[in-house]
Amino acid sequence: MTTDTPLLSLRGINKSFGPVHVLRDVDLDVRAGRVTALVGDNGAGKSTLIKGVAGIYPFDSGQVMFEGAPVSIGGPKQANALGIEVVYQDLALCDNLDVVHNMFLGREMKSGVTLDETAMEKRAGETLKGLSVRTLKSLRQQVSSLSGGQRQTVAIARAVLWNSKLVILDEPTAALGVAQTEQVLALVRRLADNGLGVILISHNMNDVAAVADDIACLYLGRMAAQVEASTVDNRQVVELITTGRSGDLGLQPEVAAAGGVA
Amino acid sequence: MSALQQPTDVDVPAAGDTAGIGQAMRDYWARVRGGDIGSLPAVLGLIALVILFSVLEGSTFLSIFNFANLINQSAAIIVLAMGLIFVLLLGEIDLSAGYAAGTAAAVLAVTLTNWGWSWPLALAAALVTGMVIGFVIGLLVARLGIPSFVVTLAMFLALQGLMLLIIGEGGTIPIRDDAILVIMNGNMPVWLGWLLALVIVAGFALSTFLAIRRRRKAGLPAEAMSVWLVKVLALAVLIGVATYLLNQERQLPNAKIVIQGVPWVVPVILVLLVGLTFILQRTGFGRHVYAVGGNREAARRSGINVKGLMITCFIFCSTLAAVAGVLLASRDNSVSPTTGGAQTLLFAVGAAVIGGTSLFGGRGKIRDAVIGGLVIAVIANGLPLITQQSGIQFVVTGLVLLVAASVDAISRRKAAASGA
Repeated sequence: MTTDTPLLSLRGINKSFGPVHVLRDVDLDVRAGRVTALVGDNGAGKSTLIKGVAGIYPFDSGQVMFEGAPVSIGGPKQANALGIEVVYQDLALCDNLDVVHNMFLGREMKSGVTLDETAMEKRAGETLKGLSVRTLKSLRQQVSSLSGGQRQTVAIARAVLWNSKLVILDEPTAALGVAQTEQVLALVRRLADNGLGVILISHNMNDVAAVADDIACLYLGRMAAQVEASTVDNRQVVELITTGRSGDLGLQPEVAAAGGVA
Repeated sequence: MSALQQPTDVDVPAAGDTAGIGQAMRDYWARVRGGDIGSLPAVLGLIALVILFSVLEGSTFLSIFNFANLINQSAAIIVLAMGLIFVLLLGEIDLSAGYAAGTAAAVLAVTLTNWGWSWPLALAAALVTGMVIGFVIGLLVARLGIPSFVVTLAMFLALQGLMLLIIGEGGTIPIRDDAILVIMNGNMPVWLGWLLALVIVAGFALSTFLAIRRRRKAGLPAEAMSVWLVKVLALAVLIGVATYLLNQERQLPNAKIVIQGVPWVVPVILVLLVGLTFILQRTGFGRHVYAVGGNREAARRSGINVKGLMITCFIFCSTLAAVAGVLLASRDNSVSPTTGGAQTLLFAVGAAVIGGTSLFGGRGKIRDAVIGGLVIAVIANGLPLITQQSGIQFVVTGLVLLVAASVDAISRRKAAASGA
């Protein structure tokens, strides 16, 4: 795919919960092979936007384009079928199952009525190797015995197991220490280098600076700006998050102010 | 990458086998220390109890007659515990299973004796009774969202009444059908017992051998052949000794009739053990049961039909309780309002937990029911030989259950802590 056609393209997205207008005319482009950081303060609408893409609930209006074609995402299964996978902040892993079981949870490979354990273990191993993951002692380890970073790795590997094209990561480093954060960020980078589109939701400016190619900043339900990471510095991103604008970037002063009032 | 210096940083294991018996033992010990303790305490406890009673009251406890007796005493509890494991794996409980067994037994007795049905029909009626009870409980728990503790406590009372109504004023209904009676009172011919032992050992050896070969072919690390051989030999010795003992003449020396052979209830339990283990360990349904017990929200998000699965598990539990009820009816040659009552349910829950099934959900195997059931039976069988006071028996059984629950809670804490 050429980088001209975004993998995922949102135009004029609106979403309200009752009287609360959470998303207003949001545009977003995510390109394959690039990490797009989605930043914004609490309540800016990041989660709402992501859940809409993941099919948890529908947008009220606006257009969703996937690989250049308009799509409507009616549910999580449809999102999965398109190749969209979400790694939620709580990871949704079962502690009592091993790595392979978790990676295939709900989508087990079978031969007849029995589970095809060898095929699953093989494919899980290949996927982890493809991501250059070296931190697991055994694929038959229970997840309860893994560290936070290893758990995050398993959750991410599960997301890419299904030939997915777009992986959405919700605060993947929030609960991790320094070394493990570094490992997970390297993994996020590899996902994009392998040709996937990645949306990284983060509050951590260091993480964003470390791996993001593009930065999209939500401010009170509006897309304040989507810029290439190399063209802005940390201070400007923080300004975008807190005030919706930074110099020439971002919302027009009156819009930002109006947003602030609302 | 700097992370290479980290101790956790080990490569994904390359193709190859685990390096023999020593390594296998070390791996197992590492798992136990990590909180994945399984049936180990129950097996050690069983050995300790057998040694204790043998030393204190060897002549009676170790008699061949008593060994067969032990199987008879534990059979119903084992089957009941097997059913409870389905529910315990979800992190739920079924307090009504004992009276579900009683109600099914009452249906069996009424249809068989009072209505003159043939035994296959009466047996089917008993099993369907169990299914319906399980379906109702499952519906109330999964759909309405009432805690299973409350639903099954209500059923505990209601089924007790239903049982009285079914049995009627008479009080006790005798069972005279030979097919039902033979389950708990009959023995297999000696040759058939040996054949059964052979089939078990050969079946185990073959299935595990094929599994190892499949993994090797796929280039995955597999168990070493030496470890496989030790396991097969251990099983062969265990099964062989048990079959030999049961095939001995166990009547008193001057009696006229011969009693020998493996009780018919043994193959019944074996079929349930293998079949249910297959369902829980090898099918998608079984995997999802563990997933729901481990993290219900994660299971739901990965597309598992959690409510349907819960209902199915309650149906399994009550249906197996019905099987236990049939065993109880067969053992007592009759059904009375106390069938399945008293400590039956608590013994079964105790058996599952002692065997290694977690009360917190997500951990446990069908074989726990067998090991735990034997522990309970050994206590119930051995203590009266030492002391006549039944109070002591209750206290000891209660303490054993408490110890098992503590082991469960501690190993769970350990498992959580080892993830750091």
